[in-house]
Amino acid sequence: MSLWIWILVACAAAYALKLLGYLVPRRWMDNTRMLRIAGTITIGLLASLTAVNAFGSGQSLVLDARLGALVAAAIALLLRAPFLVVVIVGAAAAALLRLAGWG
Amino acid sequence: MRRSPGVRVGASIAIATGLYGISFGALGVASGLDVLQTIALSLLMFTGGSQFAFIGVVAGGGSGSAAAAAATLLGVRNSVYGMQLNAMFRPKGWRRFAGAHVTIDESTATAVGQDSSVEQRRGFWAAGLGVFVLWNVFTAVGAFAGNALGDPKQWGLDGAAVAAFLGLLWPRLRGREPVAIAVVCGLATVLAVPFVPAGVPILVAALVAAVLGWVSHSRSQARAAAGAGVEGLEPDLDPYSSHAHGRHDALGEHRRRASEPGSTGTGEAPRAGEGEGA
Repeated sequence: MSLWIWILVACAAAYALKLLGYLVPRRWMDNTRMLRIAGTITIGLLASLTAVNAFGSGQSLVLDARLGALVAAAIALLLRAPFLVVVIVGAAAAALLRLAGWG
Repeated sequence: MRRSPGVRVGASIAIATGLYGISFGALGVASGLDVLQTIALSLLMFTGGSQFAFIGVVAGGGSGSAAAAAATLLGVRNSVYGMQLNAMFRPKGWRRFAGAHVTIDESTATAVGQDSSVEQRRGFWAAGLGVFVLWNVFTAVGAFAGNALGDPKQWGLDGAAVAAFLGLLWPRLRGREPVAIAVVCGLATVLAVPFVPAGVPILVAALVAAVLGWVSHSRSQARAAAGAGVEGLEPDLDPYSSHAHGRHDALGEHRRRASEPGSTGTGEAPRAGEGEGA
């Protein structure tokens, strides 16, 4: 149940952030430092989420089939595959490695 | 309407983006959310990066509060888009509140890519509403299908999550500085995992990224003062453009024209498509 509460809180926050842009005077957010930080945070969060999902398992680090998924996805991206193909390649790599008995 | 470039671009983006709602739906239930919770995120949060962040934290065993915090931080860029669109359209009444909900990467990119204010408005609504409908339909499809699959690991869905985050990150890694930030934040995360509760390493990385942004801003200001160019590191508008086939060309073409005088001249931030192949 408490997860529902956090889902609703996060959804309300997401909407508030969108609306905020329409409501505040432009000069408040027209700060190049803030824009740059919004950009670096986006990159940092996505890199962090990639790392956690690839190597994290609760509070420990593990190397398992997800490492294969990471490598396979990177290769697909280098070959300019579309997003959905990248996701499928990642899943297939992890599933096949498990089938082969690793991770 | 059929001849409207804004609607055409918006519709093609809606199809390309809406389809991968299926991967969000499947990953949502694989992360431990139920079908209804997964659907609620697409319906109410409706900003892909934040939604993936939320389920990414939950999948790693993080708390609901950590998931909400990560999702909210990733949603900050939508404020920048809202400001941009407000300057372009000055929407009034209910349009402002409805428009805010569909203010996302894709609708903003479509709008700024058009060269007349009529087309900008059409493009914004076509992409915003189109993505909203398809994203939600395919989220539901993915959630029910994922639920029927059984053990998500057997199908490699945890590998799909890794690939999805890398896929979201990839188009932003243009130039040395974004790559350096990504590497440092990835390392900070891995180093933090054994020492803090699940979910918190992601927030640690966000803090590191903010500090790096603050410092690098000062450096780029100094470089600009010395006469060197400023490296662009603004939040970009269409993180998927160079990968979703078809969209890249359509968008790039319109974006180039959008930078000409006669567009609404919404200032410099954020510049879509900068540094891409265009």
